[in-house]
Amino acid sequence: MARTTLGQEVLTGGEATAHAMRQIRPDVVPIYPITPQTPIIQTFSRFVADGRVDTVLLQVESEHSAMSAAVGAALAGARTMTATASQGLALMIEVLYIASGLRAPVVMAVGNRALSAPINIHGDHSDGMLARDSGAVQIFAQDAQEAYDLMVMAPRIAEHAAVLLPVLVGQDGFSVTHSAENVSLLRDEEVQDFVGPYEIPYPLLGDRPSSQGLFAMPDSYYELKVRQAQALEAAEQVFADVGRAFALRFGRHIGAVEAYRMDGAERAIVLIGSTAGTAKDAVDALRQRGEKVGLVVVRLYRPFPHQVLAEALGGVERVAVLDRAVSPGTYPPLYSDIRAGYAGPAELRSYVYGLGGRDTAPEDIERVYRDLLVPRTAGIRYLNLMGEDQHGES
Amino acid sequence: MTKPGVDLTPYLRQEMMPTVWCPGCGHGIIARSIATALMELGLDMDLVAIVGGIGCSGRAPFYFDANSMHTTHGRALAYATGLKMVNPGLTVIVPMGDGDAAAIGGNHLIHAARRNIDITAIIFNNSIYGMTGGQGAPTSPVDSRSTTSPLGSIEPAFDMVELALAAGATYVARTTTFDFQEMPKLITGAIRHHGFSLVEVLSQCPTYYGRLNKLGEAPDMLLYERDRTKLLEAFGPAPEITREEMVGQMPIGLFRDAERPEYIDQYHGLVARAGGGK
Repeated sequence: MARTTLGQEVLTGGEATAHAMRQIRPDVVPIYPITPQTPIIQTFSRFVADGRVDTVLLQVESEHSAMSAAVGAALAGARTMTATASQGLALMIEVLYIASGLRAPVVMAVGNRALSAPINIHGDHSDGMLARDSGAVQIFAQDAQEAYDLMVMAPRIAEHAAVLLPVLVGQDGFSVTHSAENVSLLRDEEVQDFVGPYEIPYPLLGDRPSSQGLFAMPDSYYELKVRQAQALEAAEQVFADVGRAFALRFGRHIGAVEAYRMDGAERAIVLIGSTAGTAKDAVDALRQRGEKVGLVVVRLYRPFPHQVLAEALGGVERVAVLDRAVSPGTYPPLYSDIRAGYAGPAELRSYVYGLGGRDTAPEDIERVYRDLLVPRTAGIRYLNLMGEDQHGES
Repeated sequence: MTKPGVDLTPYLRQEMMPTVWCPGCGHGIIARSIATALMELGLDMDLVAIVGGIGCSGRAPFYFDANSMHTTHGRALAYATGLKMVNPGLTVIVPMGDGDAAAIGGNHLIHAARRNIDITAIIFNNSIYGMTGGQGAPTSPVDSRSTTSPLGSIEPAFDMVELALAAGATYVARTTTFDFQEMPKLITGAIRHHGFSLVEVLSQCPTYYGRLNKLGEAPDMLLYERDRTKLLEAFGPAPEITREEMVGQMPIGLFRDAERPEYIDQYHGLVARAGGGK
């Protein structure tokens, strides 16, 4: 196989994402700064200023304007990307629903961060979960390498004729956005060739005049929304196909979920994002002691890969679903999603961890595996919650 | 100016010191001026509410021993409007940054000014987004450099005074952190004024704006503030100044101190006329 990578570079998740954007060469990138996403747009701005990428960079006056400009640009026939986090994503939500409804394939990096109030700039998945009904494809990276690889894959998923939806690529605030790791970058021309030209069926600036987003009465709105939902469902297969094409070409396979040491596992944890690295260390340590434990990391969150996840869980007996977000009044998002589609034999338990950047250590993960040995009643358990009953956590 | 030896500590939260602001930042000078104004007005700090947005200026409410609220980017005036409407007895002060006032929250600024609600907005204008690392703002002058405009900004900066005047603010002033003696007087006047008051303070950000634009250290930037501004009085009775002429002589001083019915008064007047609010 031809050597397609440039070797390893030490980059933060934010920088790696900016490199992916540079190599994809989007036509338009509207930007507005917000921690911890800012390194992405700032690094990308430098690439534009240095002439390393020919992109129209729009500095606008809010995230709402950034996403609005992105939808306009994408529908006019431009490959469009942006980036945001937390309150910025919250402010974009109105327009994110517009992007999905108008089938504007905008690709967005998200530096996942807690939501106000009180204000907190650290990592959790509350912002991402706010977007879970928006109709966008949502993917979460574990580390800087995945943030890069998934960003390279994202335009092909967003722009696929069966999908035509925005794609959000999440990476945990600070633990990925600002943490330097070895990242293997692809060659510029390989990325451009992989991504291909931007084509949407009815660009506003195309040969065929078109109108977008016109009033839909009760006689047509329902059908349009169902078609949109079906397009998001179709994105699961497209994600798998693009992942396979990426693996064939570049030798790194990124599936909808990652099963880590699940062979013969009796107890498993399911989680999203950068805590996967911590959990893998914990799994390795426990496996060394002969404990039958495994880990499943969910990358593709919308559409939710129910079947793939069930296969990854296999014959496991007890599963701890770790959410880095809450859904007050009911079970947290990841747990609810799994519960809704899982028909396997395992007992599912809900745990919440790491809100607002609260640290999660390998020992915390080991405690969860130990807790899975003990019979428990239903309910949500909160890891590392100070000064309160931790719901019987051992 | 506060005389040497005047103790402002009763107006500040000692446990929050030192501030988050970088060495040489102008925001501390503005915070001191606000404290001085509060002292000179003899206000009961339990009846003062300081409502901040996001960014370096958004930290200001932390430092005053008053009622305080840290809200969302650009929306502090909207929160403050709700606060003031139901408790008009509170003195409401809103420190705002470039983004709060001129970008994401520009809409709230013009509507607060249009209604003439009795709130004092103080713009900490350092021409850049400091908290997120030096990105360009709508207050960044043409050709100025930021991390998102490394080759210089092509957009004209908002003139916040012109904007406030046009939107109907009834007390409008501009000063700089160099003019630390004048600033507390303008802020005192703004707080005392019954109606929407806006004081724009040109502040220095040596960490980002100064470094990226080669303006030197904080003292150099204070002289830069002095040199790029000119007292309003020096222009004569009706300053007709074009944007181009403003380079090097941006007018500072009190632009408007006028009476116009205040929004909450108008509201309660309407309720009374309609026979309610007995």
